[in-house]
Amino acid sequence: MDLLFNPLFLSIAVPFAVAVAILCGLPKRWSVRLAYLGFGVPAMLALWSWANFPADAGADYAFAARASTGLEGFGISLALGLNGVSLPLFVMAGLVGLAAGLYAIRSTAERLKLYLMLLLFMQAGLMGVFASTDVFFLYFFHELALIPTFLMVGIWGGRDRNYAAMKMTIYLTVGAMLSLLGLVAIYVKSGANTFDLPTLRAAVAAQPIAATAQKYAFGLLLSGFGILVSLWPLHTWAPLGYGSAPSSAAMLHAGVLKKFGLYGLIQIALPLLSDAARAHSQVIAWLALGNVLVVGLITIAQRDLKQMVGYSSVMHMGYAFLGLVCFSAAGTGGVVMLMVAHGYSAALMFLLTTSIHDRTQTFDLADMGGLAQRTPVLAAFFIAATLAGIGLPGFANFWGELGIFVALWKFSPGFCAAAVAGVVISAIYGLRAVARVFFGPATPALTNVMAAKPPADLAWGERLPALILLVMLLVIGFWPKSISDTLNAALTAAPARVAATR
Amino acid sequence: MPTDLLPLLEQAGRNQWLAIAPELMLGLIALLLLVLELLLPKAQRGLIPGIAIISQVAVLVALVVNLNTPYIGAGPTFNGLLQHSGGGQFLRLFFLLASILTCVLGTVSLPRQRMPHIEFYHILLVVTAGMMLLAQANHFVMLFVALETVTVGLYILVSYYRDNPLTLEAGLKYLIMGALSSGILLFGIALLYGAVGAVPDADGRLHTGFEYQVLARFLATHPGNFLASAGIVLVLAGVAFKIGAFPFQIWVPDVYQGAPTPVTAFLAVASKAAGFAVLLPLALEVFPAYSSLVIPLLSVMAAATILFGNIAALTQFNVKRLIGLSGVAHAGYLLLGVVAGFSQPQAVGAVYFYLFAYLLASFAVFGVMTQLGGADDANQDMDNYAELARERPFLGAVLAIGLGSLAGIPPLAGFMGKLLIFTAAFQAGHYALLLVAITGVVLSIYYYFGWIKAACFPTKPIVPEETAPPTTLAPVPRGLGLALGLLAFASVLFGFYQGALGRWLLGL
Repeated sequence: MDLLFNPLFLSIAVPFAVAVAILCGLPKRWSVRLAYLGFGVPAMLALWSWANFPADAGADYAFAARASTGLEGFGISLALGLNGVSLPLFVMAGLVGLAAGLYAIRSTAERLKLYLMLLLFMQAGLMGVFASTDVFFLYFFHELALIPTFLMVGIWGGRDRNYAAMKMTIYLTVGAMLSLLGLVAIYVKSGANTFDLPTLRAAVAAQPIAATAQKYAFGLLLSGFGILVSLWPLHTWAPLGYGSAPSSAAMLHAGVLKKFGLYGLIQIALPLLSDAARAHSQVIAWLALGNVLVVGLITIAQRDLKQMVGYSSVMHMGYAFLGLVCFSAAGTGGVVMLMVAHGYSAALMFLLTTSIHDRTQTFDLADMGGLAQRTPVLAAFFIAATLAGIGLPGFANFWGELGIFVALWKFSPGFCAAAVAGVVISAIYGLRAVARVFFGPATPALTNVMAAKPPADLAWGERLPALILLVMLLVIGFWPKSISDTLNAALTAAPARVAATR
Repeated sequence: MPTDLLPLLEQAGRNQWLAIAPELMLGLIALLLLVLELLLPKAQRGLIPGIAIISQVAVLVALVVNLNTPYIGAGPTFNGLLQHSGGGQFLRLFFLLASILTCVLGTVSLPRQRMPHIEFYHILLVVTAGMMLLAQANHFVMLFVALETVTVGLYILVSYYRDNPLTLEAGLKYLIMGALSSGILLFGIALLYGAVGAVPDADGRLHTGFEYQVLARFLATHPGNFLASAGIVLVLAGVAFKIGAFPFQIWVPDVYQGAPTPVTAFLAVASKAAGFAVLLPLALEVFPAYSSLVIPLLSVMAAATILFGNIAALTQFNVKRLIGLSGVAHAGYLLLGVVAGFSQPQAVGAVYFYLFAYLLASFAVFGVMTQLGGADDANQDMDNYAELARERPFLGAVLAIGLGSLAGIPPLAGFMGKLLIFTAAFQAGHYALLLVAITGVVLSIYYYFGWIKAACFPTKPIVPEETAPPTTLAPVPRGLGLALGLLAFASVLFGFYQGALGRWLLGL
């Protein structure tokens, strides 16, 4: 069984096994110890595969493995592998998972065992999403990661958790069902009768899918994935859900899981349904502009810090869609860069937001102020994360946005100008939040809270996960070649070219 | 007299009795249980349910070992009454498994009522044997006799807790509706019989429309025969009663609510599957010549069933009614698979897999319901589930897995069932039906998730006095715990690893 020693399989199996062990009634002390293993091993394996990724892989899948699950006659088998597109996202999933896991282990959540178990299931699913090359398992792992989110929002959520959990569940189920139908459409209409992605690509390269079928399949995938990625105007579940979700769940969902929809569009929809994608590009661009500008303005209007972070994460998805419609290696590469960067920065923002709440007991921006004097390290992290979110050079987000803007100029200068205006919007709400939370005088309400419980600066349990995320943002920001070379190779290599350049 | 008897005996001796050994075994076990109750001293009668379960497991194991009997594909046995196939073998296993699980639920539920116990197991075994024969019927007389064995047994089982007025109501409704549906079915059979008449074969022996192959040949050579069309419609209507498909689903909520919970489980799973055991060979092997009549009929029925089941379930708070109506919706998804089966042979395997996943998930949910049910078996609301996950994490987890699988959420087996059926339907080109089915799935999320929410999410009562009285959380009996654990495990496992079962079913 070479599968057992495959790094990708292990990175899925270890957190899954730990979660099952906790489910079977492991005592709490051991649960926590094993949870370190469950979050640590995938992160280590992700870094290992990053370091050992063959430079000449092109569009091929490295670390490939395949196993039968009994339905190979139906065209389903467990197939794993990484290419240049999935590698940076896989690494991001591992590291954000580690940060969220560490933060959860050190947190004071009630029923900690159950919390860790659900997070570990989620982590297993997240690693699987980016490691699968079988469309069925891609979808399957996404759902494996998605289901714990609903439970976590419902059990540990903040205010409105019942409503938020139900709304999230229904929205995301609709999205998942629509995209499933789109995937089945590809399965049938490609004539390949398989869910294996490389086989599907080969089949489509030989004989493209009929135009009508493409149109409907792409429509299904776009609306399905669009809901999952919170494309305007189908985004309303996201800020509500994130506002209510416990921090580690929000980190994993907003940071990593939400990228599934974009990942699906890049890896599945664009290569396999390229004609329909081109035909839809104007629609997508306008909707994405809705994300950037409309949601951007809504973000400015937020008074609640966590809601603001949630809306800003929705807003940034607009850039990603704008990059997709360019159909160029620069645009798609920029999207992947942005996805990676946003994964780290959104997770960091959610982590820090919770840390702020722990000290101020409120999310209301109007009730805060002057926290920088008491907690300088927290303030430094928060400012760095905000600048990263705005897309300042030196952080990974800059390269993603730059790639997208350059590609977008070729697509349509007007859209590019409007998108760049979005950067100003994110600067407005980002910097205003920094000012409200950390500078100026403390409000009387906050003074009372702080008098009752003097705020301590970031503890190591919070500092370490935040540091992991920030370091990754800076590493990619200063050394983008670390992921762009393999990414470029994958996007310009033969099969993907169908989507990327024509 | 002896001159008549001898040839009959000789002919009986030529029948392949070994082919129905499992059914015979079940019948013998059923009789043995009654004998044991007479013979055993009172203190040891508590062993009888255990004996019933263990002997059925033995039959199950024997059946699995002899899965590939030589009778499969070797033509009809018993003078054309029965025909054995891989699908029939699956359904036999299915009914046996359902019966075993119902017995397990019975060991929990029956002791809480002051009712005789042993007859319950006896009747259940006889009904199961009838269903297993039904799955292999090749002749309308066989079909009807087996179906009536099942239905009459179920009349008794449904009204078993006869002290409870709701149970009596359920029994009466089921009796009237069941008799009506049997009548419709019989009328349809009679019309088909009349349309075909007597057909001599090469040896000069006369055959009738009771025989599936003869009827299929007649239908193929006589398209558009009015009598036959009317007969087909009536037969399908009679079957629709059994599976609880629209517009014959009206008995479902009341009967499901009033029947003892183990019987509700058996009705929901085995009785529904028995309907499909009748429908699949009839629709796909006997009636295909009339597919221009059957496909639209079944398609409309499937769409209406899915929508009715899901929409009606949205407003339910009594969990037994809820699961009954959601079962109606599941019958709709299964009908979609049958419709797809006309052009996609692998859809039959998909239907079988769906049924299997449905069995695993349903019995997990019904197991939890049985355990939580108090003295009044018919009234169980969502409120009774408050804080279940905190106080009984095991039951909470099993319930969540079972409901998730019913809702068709990956990574659970129910999702695979839906995916297989939907893919087959897509390949067959039933796009409009698929859209209805997807709508149904989304609707179902609301009530399944609402139930999970009631059980797993912490509740904050607004007015403390208004909280539901705490349910009596008896410790989970070991047998039930084992069964529930296995069911939940299987629901998860078959969600991503179908292994030999998947290969077998899709290869049928």
